[in-house]
Amino acid sequence: MEEDAKGRFSRRQVLAASTALAAATTVAPGGARPAAAGAAPEIVGPGEVRVALRVNGQVRETLVEPRVTLLDALREKLDLTGTKKGCDHGECGACTVLVDGVRVKSCLTLAIMREGAEITTIEGLADGSRLHPMQVAFLERDAFQCGFCTPGQILSAVGLLKEGRPRSRDEIREGMSGNLCRCSAYPNIVDAVADVAEVPR
Amino acid sequence: MEFLRPQTWAEALAAKAELPGAVPIQGGTDVMVEINFDVRRPPALLDLTRVAELARWSAEPDGRLRVGAGVPYARVISELADRLPGLAQAARTVGSPQIRNRGTVGGNLGAASPAGDSHPPLLACGAVIEVESAARGVRAVPAEEFYLGVKRNALEPDELIKAFVTPVAGGPQYFSKVGTRNAMVIAVCSFCVALHPAERRAGTGIGSAAPVPLRALAAEEFLAAELDWAGTAPLAPALLTRFGELVGAAAAPIDDVRGTAAYRRHALSVLARRTLTWAWNDHRKAAERCA
Ligand SMILES: Cc1cc2nc3c(=O)[nH]c(=O)nc-3n(C[C@H](O)[C@H](O)[C@H](O)COP(=O)(O)OP(=O)(O)OC[C@H]3O[C@@H](n4cnc5c(N)ncnc54)[C@H](O)[C@@H]3O)c2cc1C
Ligand code: FES
Ligand code: FES
Repeated sequence: MEEDAKGRFSRRQVLAASTALAAATTVAPGGARPAAAGAAPEIVGPGEVRVALRVNGQVRETLVEPRVTLLDALREKLDLTGTKKGCDHGECGACTVLVDGVRVKSCLTLAIMREGAEITTIEGLADGSRLHPMQVAFLERDAFQCGFCTPGQILSAVGLLKEGRPRSRDEIREGMSGNLCRCSAYPNIVDAVADVAEVPR
Repeated sequence: MEFLRPQTWAEALAAKAELPGAVPIQGGTDVMVEINFDVRRPPALLDLTRVAELARWSAEPDGRLRVGAGVPYARVISELADRLPGLAQAARTVGSPQIRNRGTVGGNLGAASPAGDSHPPLLACGAVIEVESAARGVRAVPAEEFYLGVKRNALEPDELIKAFVTPVAGGPQYFSKVGTRNAMVIAVCSFCVALHPAERRAGTGIGSAAPVPLRALAAEEFLAAELDWAGTAPLAPALLTRFGELVGAAAAPIDDVRGTAAYRRHALSVLARRTLTWAWNDHRKAAERCA
């Protein structure tokens, strides 16, 4: 594998025709061969690939296999363990982070697909030692018991408010339906979000 | 697992032609579940998220809408609800807000689950799925010919889904779904009805009640013959009952963990009666306003 100018272990290659796993011909810089159909996409992997993730305003480089989720990269490669893994298949919402301001489940996206995006995790929500208003509201409303779902709940609530202000507690419930809480702190979670969204009781 | 990152549609088609085993990934809300649980270990993933044109929609010269395979549900809801109300209603029921931010209609078509929520509205509206290969160019597949079996669709190994093309709603459309709660449920069964007053007919789509999503053709013929498009009277109970029976009869449901076949047939009849009532009442109101 060749390192390109950006220091990434990516390569432009001509796709090998017959077998899927056959090592494709690496195109030497300047010696590009046109592919059959005249267009060959960039291929990376199957080994570890260097990815640069922009997390909480900081660019962090790490090596991951293409199959590694953003969730695993955050937790295991970047030591950002605030983002939790509940189910690993999109059901529980514990892994919710913001990608370019939009709430997504980090277990359902690959780290390699989020290069260049701005990722916000619970570690990056506070402004220095000043907590984000949603964090304050969760504390004031006692919106958790064990706390496992809380980072995902908070990021989801922040994402919800960016999508548009909920006008009622029902809309908050609906908007937070992708985040489960096994301790069932739901009433207090709705209270906390309602405080920040200025929804009357 | 290799990871292919085309920047253009031409590159994506070339890659799929060279590596038919490469699994396309759009929102990833189906693909990632399979990868995380090792249900699937594809030799390569084909990342379509950088292909800008897949994430666009536009109006065709003939007035229909072309919606790229990569437009997520959240945008169907926020940008297309007025023109594609049935699909937007279905989109509102998909997963959770986080799933709707990433999941796409293209991915729903790629997965071709009989329970996919996009399918009933696409069928009821008369949508056409545009698929393309580097070798043979574009093929327009009507929705009812697209679904071939449980999780099987009409795509050839070298083809990708480019867009769906659908008429803009010419009348009321309603989608309804039965599940155990209001969010995050796979449909036990689902139904969509779309009135097409200009053509004096109605389209239907049934989900999660047969190996493939399908239209209730006999029910559609019955409505074409029986509905009084000029009138503004409410629908006769007998007409609604018969419509519900015909929709139930069109399904070929199975017993599974989500429900029995008999329950599904019954529930479909109820959904059919309700959605048609809502749609007809909207239609009557619109007719009265015009009169
Ligand atoms: C928690 C959860 C809840 C869910 N709830 C619902 C629900 O309520 N209703 C529902 O219908 N679905 C639901 N789903 C399933 C999923 O979200 C939908 O099927 C969604 O539409 C998939 O879109 P995607 O873009 O994420 O697809 P992806 O996962 O990226 O792809 C899905 C399939 O389509 C193929 N594919 C994608 N794009 C193309 C293309 N352009 N050409 C050819 N093939 C392509 C992929 O290879 C794959 O086989 C849920 C999933 C999760 C994880
Ligand atoms: S860990 Fe991602 S949704 Fe549960
Ligand atoms: S506080 Fe325990 S899971 Fe929510």
